[in-house]
Amino acid sequence: MNLDELNEMAEGVRAADTGIAHEVRVCMAASCQSSGAGPVLDGLREAAPSTGCRVKGVGCMGLCSAGPLVAVAPMDGGEPVLYRDVKAEDAQAIACSIGTAPVERLRLPNDLPFFSRQQKIVLENSGVIDPNSFKGYIAVGGYSAMVQALTEMTPAEVLAEVTTSGLRGRGGGGYPTGLKWSTVAKMPAEQKFVICNADEGDPGAFMDRAILESDPHRVIEGMAIAAYAVGATRGYVYVRAEYPLAVERLKTAIRKAKRSGFLGAHICDTQFSFEVEVRLGAGAFVCGEETALMASIEGLRGQPRPRPPYPAEAGLWGHPTLINNVETFANIAPILLRGGEWFAGIGTERSKGTKVFALAGTIRNTGLIEVPMGTRLRDIIEVIGGGIPDGRAFKAVQTGGPSGGCLPAAHLDIPVDYDSLRELGTIMGSGGMIVMDETSSMVDVARYFMEFCMTESCGKCIPCRAGTQQMHDILKTIAKGRGTRADLALLEELCEVVQATSLCGLGQTAPNPVLSTLRHFRVEYEDKLAATSA
Amino acid sequence: MSANDRVSVATAWLDGCSGCHMSFLDMDERLIALADKIDIVYSPLVDAKELPEQVDVGIIEGSVSSEEDLHKAQLLRKHCRLLISLGDCAVNGNVPAMRNQFKLDAVFDRAYRENVSFQPQRPTQGVPALLERVRPVHGVVAVDVFVPGCPPSADAIWYVLSELIEGRIPDPSQVTKFGA
Amino acid sequence: MPLPAPQPQVRVVTLKIDGQDVSAREDETIIEVARENRVPIPSLCYLEGLSVWGACRLCVVEIAGTDRLLAACSTRVTEGMQVITNSERLQRYRRTIVELLFAERNHVCSVCVSNGHCELQTLAQRCGVDHVKVPYRHARYEVDSSHDLFRLDHNRCVLCTRCVRVCDEIEGAHTWDVMGRGTDCRVITDLARPWGDSGSCTSCGKCVQVCPTGALVRHGTSVGEMTKDLKFLPYLSRRRHGQ
Repeated sequence: MNLDELNEMAEGVRAADTGIAHEVRVCMAASCQSSGAGPVLDGLREAAPSTGCRVKGVGCMGLCSAGPLVAVAPMDGGEPVLYRDVKAEDAQAIACSIGTAPVERLRLPNDLPFFSRQQKIVLENSGVIDPNSFKGYIAVGGYSAMVQALTEMTPAEVLAEVTTSGLRGRGGGGYPTGLKWSTVAKMPAEQKFVICNADEGDPGAFMDRAILESDPHRVIEGMAIAAYAVGATRGYVYVRAEYPLAVERLKTAIRKAKRSGFLGAHICDTQFSFEVEVRLGAGAFVCGEETALMASIEGLRGQPRPRPPYPAEAGLWGHPTLINNVETFANIAPILLRGGEWFAGIGTERSKGTKVFALAGTIRNTGLIEVPMGTRLRDIIEVIGGGIPDGRAFKAVQTGGPSGGCLPAAHLDIPVDYDSLRELGTIMGSGGMIVMDETSSMVDVARYFMEFCMTESCGKCIPCRAGTQQMHDILKTIAKGRGTRADLALLEELCEVVQATSLCGLGQTAPNPVLSTLRHFRVEYEDKLAATSA
Repeated sequence: MSANDRVSVATAWLDGCSGCHMSFLDMDERLIALADKIDIVYSPLVDAKELPEQVDVGIIEGSVSSEEDLHKAQLLRKHCRLLISLGDCAVNGNVPAMRNQFKLDAVFDRAYRENVSFQPQRPTQGVPALLERVRPVHGVVAVDVFVPGCPPSADAIWYVLSELIEGRIPDPSQVTKFGA
Repeated sequence: MPLPAPQPQVRVVTLKIDGQDVSAREDETIIEVARENRVPIPSLCYLEGLSVWGACRLCVVEIAGTDRLLAACSTRVTEGMQVITNSERLQRYRRTIVELLFAERNHVCSVCVSNGHCELQTLAQRCGVDHVKVPYRHARYEVDSSHDLFRLDHNRCVLCTRCVRVCDEIEGAHTWDVMGRGTDCRVITDLARPWGDSGSCTSCGKCVQVCPTGALVRHGTSVGEMTKDLKFLPYLSRRRHGQ
């Protein structure tokens, strides 16, 4: 199959839709489902006119706090009408309004900054297509990047395009994707692997879950392109078992892609073959660390091993392995279709493209957003996020999960990119953003994240195993108002040792929430020290 | 240094077996040489009952297990310019701290009820109250020199005192270790 | 950790360890070369003859050109590499790591059967750990005396996994493994059954001999009586690899 034939296929899918004037999209991602989207979808299916209208379940529309969300979109490309907090009993009203005046009491304004200030690349299909429909993905131009790569580009040209794009790993490290790919590509080996890391475990982060629930084919397409570029023939998606909906949709997508010849042997009648399997994580945060993840896929205890050798050299079962995060793979198809130059034109000098963030905590608009790299933190929190509810004041935003840190109001005007966050003692991480208001205690926040690291430490290396436990005990003592200056000094010393000597990223970054709160909110620690301490 | 140029030394025996004090005595004939250079002004080894206001070197044997231990540790810290933890109990809690794995009540029950056949009862009069947890001396006051060992050998104690008399801060890890 | 298999044709490289010029095969690790040249690098989980584990982090060294500390046991030498094994910073980190171990479980040296023959005890002395700053946890750990010949005392275990590796790699029984997470980790026999009930244990005692502390010992030993003999290991592992 070549591009023309694929386009023809897509045209065919779209042609079948003639006669449908309106599409009713009901968000069926995990968050909206848990607030009752299922009955809403059923109700709308029943109530909607039988002709000229289609009701379908789609992926995440982003504004989780207003779910269940429903959109009524005219098929001529006009502005969709968005409804919030829809209940099953509203189905009749919405169904009757199709093609006439919208139901104003449920309506979300179209010019809401939450939507208008975003730029969607990774999430462009989220909330638009049915994640369970292979044809739906084809209709929006799906798999054309893969077919283009397989039929019109050499692996070297694919690598060059990804390198040009300046894309950096979205899992947290920010390692240049092009460099990683070409390292694996250059390894002389019979067998290579591609792994998609979907073991999203940061508290408050749900970007990868939403992508897999909303647009699973996009990730598979990215993996297949990567496999073609580096010379791999087998791939694994490592998803945590706590994401049953994502797993189900991913498995469906793999099955359908395979049945249509877009995965498996001789993809689209080319010489390229690529098999993808899903592996479930059993709930260990450390398995998001690449060497532990690979050990887990191999059937071993999920524990990291020292690097080097890096996976690119000796990964899964000792073979060269490319491992990228869900969002990284989801960026690949548009990069190939629109060109690396186009992608590199978005974002800042050293951080290209867009980034998906999960807004959580005390903020009006919790949910999933995608903004260009370099967007000011203030715009994300105050404009897109709608600020802090209940008239309280902003205190801090936590980024990067247990490996990241907290930023105070004084730094709200920084552009969000890999380097500016690192300079301020936190990290981009995978995209979790937890907003805290004036009632939050920063010592408690540090203690919470340290407890997380302590319980998630695999126990292999001493500094992480015993160090996180000791740091947690000290933080608990300080939080209770019984800490001394000596405790604080010991805490800082342990932070340094655990950071410098731990075996893997979990331990090396475990002190970050403490170090960053000490840096920006030291006075809170000192206020809590016991009055008797010298 | 004291006015007469001799180093004044105070020692205290907290929760321990007194083996460290015995090891001190094991310096044998070196004690005679030592007697020319130091004054033991307060110790279970001598009769003085009052700790002088200012002492050069304080030596503590034993861990901090009771109210009285805590009081003594604080007293020595207050009046001694330099404080030494002598022996494993003082340095790391050692055997006395093994009771920390249990609740204090369970320890009392085992010692004064389960193993007693005649009028089992918990002693409350004339004995210092036990602390919930046993701690090494540096867990309650600042300590300057640590001499581990169970007990530290007479040679190790001789080395430490000789260095101090010469005005140097000793490095006991050259001559002793935990459990030695 | 499975290091790539030695290449049939290896080059010899020269490097500097603590300023001293040394030569090495490029498939050797820093710790091997350092020990050959009598540069002592403290370690606990590393044991010649067993696979590299890289977990105790005591052998971390500084290497010119990188900010990260690397474990000498799992890092291969390269041409022109400059290694510092004993800076003030490394000494301070090692002391803290040893202290963390002492505080984690109940290492009461004075009443331990391995007193005087314990690698952890010696390590503490060599690293200048004369007291432990971090608070002792004093958590309760079990003792498994169910085996006819040997005893397992979790109070003394440092989770170096030498027993796990020697049993798997040399004896081939894989009786030992690790269960749990974080500080709840412990070594287990079979599927966490009492050692005495183990169907896979051959009672060879290799685990006891490689254990650096008093965690695995022979029955019938009193304080300070348990000595260990590691000489069999390099011999057996050389035989295994046909050298």
